[in-house]
Amino acid sequence: MDNIAGKKSSLVWAANISVLILVLLWLIPTVGLFVSSFRDRDQISASGWWVAPFSVELTYRTRADADPRQEGDLWFYQGNIFETAEVRESFESGESSIAAFGLRGREPGAFPAGTEVENRDGGTITVNADGSYIYTATDPDDRGPRVYFVAETPPDFTLDNYRTVLTADNMDRAFINTLTVTIPATIIPILIAAFAAYALAWMEFPGRALLIAGVVGLLVVPLQLALVPLLNLHNTIGIGQSFLGIWLAHTGFGLPLAVYLLRNYMAGLPRDIIESAKVDGATDFQIFVRIILPLSFPALASFAIFQFLWTWNDLLVAKVFLPSAGDSQVMTVKIADDLLGSRGGDWGILATAAFVSIAVPLLVFFTMQRYLVRGLLAGSVK
Amino acid sequence: MSPIVQGIVTIIIGVGGCIAYFYFANLVLDKVIFPARGEKAGRNINRANAVRPWIFLFPAMFALGLYLVYPVIGSFIRSLYNRAGDEFIGLANYAQLLTSDDFRIAFFNNILWVIFVPAAATFFGLLAAQLTDRLKWGNVAKSLIFMPMAISFVGASLIWKFVYAQDPDIGIINAIRATLGADPLDPLQIPFWNNFFLMIILIWIQTGFAMVILSAALRGIPEETVEAAIIDGANPFQIFFKIKVPQIKSTIMVVWTTITVLVLKVFDIVYTMTGGNFDTEILPSYMMDFMFRDDGLATAVAFVIMVTVLPVMIWNIRQSRAEMR
Repeated sequence: MDNIAGKKSSLVWAANISVLILVLLWLIPTVGLFVSSFRDRDQISASGWWVAPFSVELTYRTRADADPRQEGDLWFYQGNIFETAEVRESFESGESSIAAFGLRGREPGAFPAGTEVENRDGGTITVNADGSYIYTATDPDDRGPRVYFVAETPPDFTLDNYRTVLTADNMDRAFINTLTVTIPATIIPILIAAFAAYALAWMEFPGRALLIAGVVGLLVVPLQLALVPLLNLHNTIGIGQSFLGIWLAHTGFGLPLAVYLLRNYMAGLPRDIIESAKVDGATDFQIFVRIILPLSFPALASFAIFQFLWTWNDLLVAKVFLPSAGDSQVMTVKIADDLLGSRGGDWGILATAAFVSIAVPLLVFFTMQRYLVRGLLAGSVK
Repeated sequence: MSPIVQGIVTIIIGVGGCIAYFYFANLVLDKVIFPARGEKAGRNINRANAVRPWIFLFPAMFALGLYLVYPVIGSFIRSLYNRAGDEFIGLANYAQLLTSDDFRIAFFNNILWVIFVPAAATFFGLLAAQLTDRLKWGNVAKSLIFMPMAISFVGASLIWKFVYAQDPDIGIINAIRATLGADPLDPLQIPFWNNFFLMIILIWIQTGFAMVILSAALRGIPEETVEAAIIDGANPFQIFFKIKVPQIKSTIMVVWTTITVLVLKVFDIVYTMTGGNFDTEILPSYMMDFMFRDDGLATAVAFVIMVTVLPVMIWNIRQSRAEMR
């Protein structure tokens, strides 16, 4: 069809450009998070992630701690500002240059590099772009003068945020908790739903159509309704807020979609295979295990991905059915309740925590996208 | 590491238990209750086959009944009782909601969400589906637009904090404003419009879903109809709006209703971004304000959500019954 009239090259260009814009718009927010998670905390607050590859002007505070040398009435201090004790660690890589300096915290960049400035007690101070400084004083001070300076700092990409998040912030525990919630909550509903789907697709019994309609109806029941009655029920029968409770809850909430998807798929399998197996004397259980299950693999895989993504990403069910104490928090709760509250201003940590929590779903998404799409289509288009 | 052990044990008990249940229930049915032997063999086989569907269905029906059907009734009954749950107060919880300003704001915002998010997500999805269809790199583009589907609402909210942040060195919107010479502002605190900034996050997530389904529907359109239109001299826009869109109308409706139902349940975005402040509350997040504090009011809000979903539910059931015929 490509060479039929109606395909104008200008339109193809317009399509290319608009898709490019659309993709960029969709991608930019995630890229921002990804870049920020590798940036040093001070750099994040000094410049946007979109200029991350460029140098940043950061403000430092230090004390000119060189040994004084006496010439006549004056005392000279001479040294390099980058090598002073307080900032030495930040400048190990070299390459930095000083843009401006100052003597008071309120105006850290009051004077451009290289100017000679009068100090309080009558001496002068000069800080050059390469960091060397000369300071004169009429009276030898035992601690050296306080100097503020603004330095062009090269970009600093580190894994420090990941180290902090994964070790100090209990995120490793939350990661394991998420995994613990997710895996049983993915496997168990598939099994239960597969049997029910087979019965609804291939067994004849009164009330079948009604049950199918019921499952379709339950697809849209808001989860919110279940929270209060079921938490009360769990408390009454002694499960309380626990992993067992959340597995049961996720199983129940995932079932309508599972039964619906699997039934649609199984109903589409060729009737001949099943009937000839029956003629050969296979029981329903054998047909299910030997024929239906292997043939339904694509549908099982697509539901598994759905359920995995849904339980991994869930916040609401975890907030209600798991205790709020730190050692049973999953990652979403940890980020939403803990990190956003206590680390609200620490963008590096927040970005890293978010990225840790979305890394696994993204991996699953990109490796198994084919099944995900197939599942979506089975559920929505006939 | 105890939760891991607990998890593994649960998988083994759960999976093993399920398989054992199905296997032994079948065995007992066929060998003990209705054995296919003796003089009543024929009748017994028929009876066993009549019972078997219910063995297959039982675990799923039980779980569905307990976790989805019972709560509808249980929540409604609970919403008729007071905070402590010991005194029947009729519809007083609903009456209290109706007089509360916060509830009215949440309800109004929810209507905005239900109108705007499905419309925008379906529109962008249709646009993306049509545009990427003929491009060489269309599949890569689709995959990238589809990607936010995998990201949690909490993760997505954090991602968008890097777009909306007031500090022009962090938020990209304020950085653009700063280069144009405007003062930084916090998009999440602008009355009324902040709701739309929150909705954009959900649209960003859901567009990929709409695109994938609509793109499959567009491919399913018979080529002859399009070819006939081209021969008759239709321009590409006429082909799209007059030939293609009418043919995929039912799929568009499915996408629209699916997103609508999702919108009515989403609470994470509002909770993470504003905590319901600055008049951005919606019903699901409003309900969570009462959760663990006043079960009577919480269930009443939940039931209001249920009633809002009801038309979609009925439409879905009708649709599926029509398909089965």
